[in-house]
Amino acid sequence: MTIDVQDTLPAASPPVSQPPHPLVEFWYHFRQNKGAMAGLAVILLIAVVALFADVVAPHDPNIQYRDAILVPPVWQEGGRWAFLLGTDDIGRDMLSRLIFGARLSMMIGLIVVTLSLAVGLALGMIAGFFGGVTDALVMRFMDILLSLPSLLLAVVVAAILGPGLVNAMLAVSIVVIPHYARLTRAAVMAEANKDYVVASRVAGAGPLRLMLVVILPNCVAPLIVQATLGFSTAILDAAALGFLGLGAQPPTPEWGTMLASSLQFLQRAPWVVTWPGVAILVTVLAFNLLGDGLRDALDPKLKR
Amino acid sequence: MLRFILTRVSLVIPTFLGVTFLTFLLIRLVPGDPIEVRVGERGIPPERLLELRHELGLDRPLWQQFLDYIAGVLQGDLGVSLVTRNSVLSEFLTLFPATLELAALAMLFATVVGLPAGIVAAVRRGSVFDHGVMGVSLTGYSMPIFWWGLLLILFFSVGLGWTPVSGRLDLLYYVEPVTGFMLVDTLMAGEYGAFWSALHHLVLPMIVLGTVPLAVVARMTRSAMLEVLGEDYIRTAKAKGLAGKRVIGLHALRNALIPVVTVIGLQVGTLLGGAILTETIFSWPGVGKWLIESINRRDYPALQGGVLLIATTVMAVNLLVDVLYGVLNPRIRHSR
Repeated sequence: MTIDVQDTLPAASPPVSQPPHPLVEFWYHFRQNKGAMAGLAVILLIAVVALFADVVAPHDPNIQYRDAILVPPVWQEGGRWAFLLGTDDIGRDMLSRLIFGARLSMMIGLIVVTLSLAVGLALGMIAGFFGGVTDALVMRFMDILLSLPSLLLAVVVAAILGPGLVNAMLAVSIVVIPHYARLTRAAVMAEANKDYVVASRVAGAGPLRLMLVVILPNCVAPLIVQATLGFSTAILDAAALGFLGLGAQPPTPEWGTMLASSLQFLQRAPWVVTWPGVAILVTVLAFNLLGDGLRDALDPKLKR
Repeated sequence: MLRFILTRVSLVIPTFLGVTFLTFLLIRLVPGDPIEVRVGERGIPPERLLELRHELGLDRPLWQQFLDYIAGVLQGDLGVSLVTRNSVLSEFLTLFPATLELAALAMLFATVVGLPAGIVAAVRRGSVFDHGVMGVSLTGYSMPIFWWGLLLILFFSVGLGWTPVSGRLDLLYYVEPVTGFMLVDTLMAGEYGAFWSALHHLVLPMIVLGTVPLAVVARMTRSAMLEVLGEDYIRTAKAKGLAGKRVIGLHALRNALIPVVTVIGLQVGTLLGGAILTETIFSWPGVGKWLIESINRRDYPALQGGVLLIATTVMAVNLLVDVLYGVLNPRIRHSR
C-alpha cells in the first residue's frame, strides 16, 4: 500500500520545480499516521473541554449533593441522568470533576513542559556551544539528576518543598530538565561546526545570535517531539504524586488525587476509581501517539 | 580491558559524590531544624539545644559536615531512623530483598513476554499481530500503574478471589528469613504451601511493576530486529538457503539482542521508581513503601539514606551494563 502511494505521488502533485513548503511536507507525512491523527483529535477535544470547563461541566465540581452519594453511572441500576458518570462519596458529580481535572492536567503539562524546556534548552545550548569545562560541569550535574529514578527524585523534591500542586509541578519539571538539556546539547554540537554557522561567525555574529538565531531553528525538530512526549510524562508523574499524597490536595479535582481520596470505595463503587484512571490513560496515550507521529514525520531518516 | 573498566568506574565517582552531596543537602533543605523536628512538639530547653547541636556537629561549617557525612557513608554509617532508632542501612537491607525479589520477577515477566512479542511483531511486520503488539505496548507505556494495580486487584482479587490483595505471605505461615527472598526462603524451609502462597502474592505486583518495562522491551526488540533483518548478512544467510527459523533465531536475534540487553539494564531505574507506587498499592514491605512512609513520618535520615542507597544501586547496575556491553562488544571498547 505504501508503495502505491509512493508511485502515484509524482503524478498527483502538480508539475512544479519548487519543493513543497516544509510544513506542507510535514503535514503530508503526519496525516498518513492514523494513530497520531487520533491522538491529535483526542488532545484537541480535551483541550477544548478544559478551556470551556465552566460551560461544558453539568455541575460545579465542588458542590456536594447530599441526596446523591455514590450514585452509579447512568447505565447501571440506580444511575441518574443528572449524574452521567455517577457521583463520589460525598455526592460530587464525577463527570464535572473529571472535566475540571482535564483543565488541571493540561495546565500541568503546559507549565511543566515550558519550565523544563526553557531551563533544559538554555543549559543544553550553553553546554553544547561553549564545550570544555562548562560542558563538563553542566552535563555532570545532569548525570547526577539522571542517576535517580525520575519518580523517586520527584517524590523527594515534593517532600522537601511540601505537598501541593505547584510544588508537584516544580518537582516534575526539575526531574525532566536533563532530557531536554542532553537533546539540545547533542543537536547543538552536531550543528555548531557546519559551514553556515562558521559563515555567520566569520560575518561577526555574537554568541547569543549564533545560539538563538542561527543554530536553534535547526535543532527544533527533536525538541518538539520531546516536548510532546514531555506532556505525557508530566501528566503521569503529577498524577502519581497526587496519588501518593504529595501532589494536589483534596478537594482539588486532580485525577491522581481523586483516585487516592476514593480508594476505600474501590469495592463498593468501582466507578469513583475507574474514571480518573481512564482519563489519565487516554490523555497520556494521546500525547504518546502524537509524539510518535511527530517523530516519524519530522525525522528525515524515516521519511519515505 | 582492565583499562576500559577502570575508566568507566572512574567516570561514575563524580556522579556518586554529586548524589551524596544532593542527599546531604536534602536534610538541610527541609524546613525546620533537624533537632527541633526530632523532639517534636515537646520542646527543648535552649541550652540543651545548643549542646545537642554541638554533639551532632551541626554548629560546624557546612563543608566539614559534608566531609563527615561522606566519611560516614563510606563506612556504611547512614544515620539513625528518627522513628525506629535503628540504623538506616540495616533497615534498608532488611527491606531491600523484598523489593529486589519483586523487581527481578517483574523484569523476568517483561522479558519473557516482551522479547518473543517483539520478535514475532518484527518478523510479521505490518500484520495484525504487529499492530496489536505495538498498540498494547504503547498503552502499557502510557499506563498510570497505580491505577492499573487497583484495576487488577478489583478484578482478580475482589472479583474472582484468585489472588490476595496485599502483603507477601499468608498469616498462616511463618518462614524464618534467611535470604530475604520469600520464594527462596520458603523452598529452603521445605514449606511448599508457603511457597505457593508467596507466589500468589507476587503475581499481581509483578505484572503491575513489569508493565512499563514490558512495553519498552517489546518496542525495543521489534525495532532492533527490524534493523537487523534489513542487513546484508541476513540476506546472505537466506540466500544460502538457511531455514527461516535459523536465520531469525541465530543470525538476527543474536545481533538484535545487544540493544535490548542494554535497555533491560536501563530499566532498573524505572523498576525502582515504579516500586514506590506498586509497593504502596499492594502493601508490599519493600524499600519503596518504606520511603513513602518515611516522608509521611518526617523521618528524614531514613529518606536521605534510602535515596542514596537506591541511587547507588541504579548507578552500580548501569555501570555493570556499561562494562558488560564493552566486554561483549569490542567495537565499543576500542572506540576511544
